[in-house]
Amino acid sequence: MAKVLVVTSGKGGVGKTTSTAALGAALAQMGEKVVVIDFDVGLRNLDLVLGAERRVVFDFINVVQGIANLSQALIRDKRLENLWLLPASQTRDKDALTEEGVGRIIAELRTKFDWIICDSPAGIERGAMLAMRFADEAVVVTNPEVSSVRDSDRIIGMLDSKTAKAEKGEQVQKHLLITRYDTGRAARGEMLSINDVTDILATEMLGIIPESQDVLRASNVGMPVTLNDANSVPARAYTDAARRLMGATIPVLVPAARKGLMDRLLGRRAA
Amino acid sequence: MINFPRLFGGRTASAPVARERLQILLAHERGLCGQPELLELLRSEILAVVSRHVTLDAEKVRVTMDRGNLVSMLEIDIEVPNSAEGWAVAS
Ligand SMILES: Nc1ncnc2c1ncn2[C@@H]1O[C@H](COP(=O)(O)OP(=O)(O)OP(=O)(O)O)[C@@H](O)[C@H]1O
Ligand SMILES: [Mg+2]
Repeated sequence: MAKVLVVTSGKGGVGKTTSTAALGAALAQMGEKVVVIDFDVGLRNLDLVLGAERRVVFDFINVVQGIANLSQALIRDKRLENLWLLPASQTRDKDALTEEGVGRIIAELRTKFDWIICDSPAGIERGAMLAMRFADEAVVVTNPEVSSVRDSDRIIGMLDSKTAKAEKGEQVQKHLLITRYDTGRAARGEMLSINDVTDILATEMLGIIPESQDVLRASNVGMPVTLNDANSVPARAYTDAARRLMGATIPVLVPAARKGLMDRLLGRRAA
Repeated sequence: MINFPRLFGGRTASAPVARERLQILLAHERGLCGQPELLELLRSEILAVVSRHVTLDAEKVRVTMDRGNLVSMLEIDIEVPNSAEGWAVAS
């Protein structure tokens, strides 16, 4: 049965789009049929991260308004035949996306795909609400840092009250994905620890993605990180997270700190 | 196999690729030849003209785009039915 998964956070710039692309690609690599939808009206970026920016013809709002049908707007990935993109519109009129229209399109996508992954815009306004509205499951993307954790808490509250599932008295299944985890700063005690974050948010852990140059390199060339360098640390962390989404039980590892030269010379230890 | 450039930290840089991709994209978003959204305009007008003569079945129309540096490709494939029912009344 198709699953609708929203990737959300409240706070901006924490890694939602990166994670949508990486998880979508990892699931597609596992043989699942996946569509990723960019909900960031006016600021589309998922096409760039996936390297499809030159091929966009129609967008989400064109489909909602009936200017194009779904099959015309969906862009198939050139490397992964199971991965498709529905790009966001660049229009400035954010009200063009209606709840009725989004619901209709998601219902249609449910008949064609195994996973429908919605890349939410930042904030808690209309766009973020629409992205989570029809979700069965949610990936809450959090950086180990106070303002991000606080925003995630608000988003979790919204997932429990404002979604179609919540209104039916059901639960959206929530997963916590910690991204941009800086092993060096964690070792020096300069960052909230994983335990701090999971204690506060009390949500099942999907994975920990380290801060990594590999993520930037992948987005420079327009490849999901799981495809660009499958053996890199972030790619493996995203692939494990995708396996957990598929129901596998894999222990979550906290990325180990590689001690810097100065730390080693000075014999520094974590505070 | 040992990857020497990687061993010495000097693997192929990704920034130049990023730069070129952005240049192409932004040139299109800012408007080619001073005409914003030229490709979009062509697309919708071509489809409008064709639909005056043929009943267009959205499933039978395929539009693809490839925005390039010097040239872009706009491809419109329209499956035109041979039977009489497929033809709209030409005005
Ligand atoms: N694990 C990581 N290591 C290093 N850089 C990262 C990592 N994850 C994301 N980034 C970088 O952080 C920036 C923001 O990431 P991204 O666009 O995925 O966030 P977002 O939550 O979608 O942002 P927005 O709220 O604006 O939509 C990008 O430059 C991205 O390359
Ligand atoms: Mg984003």
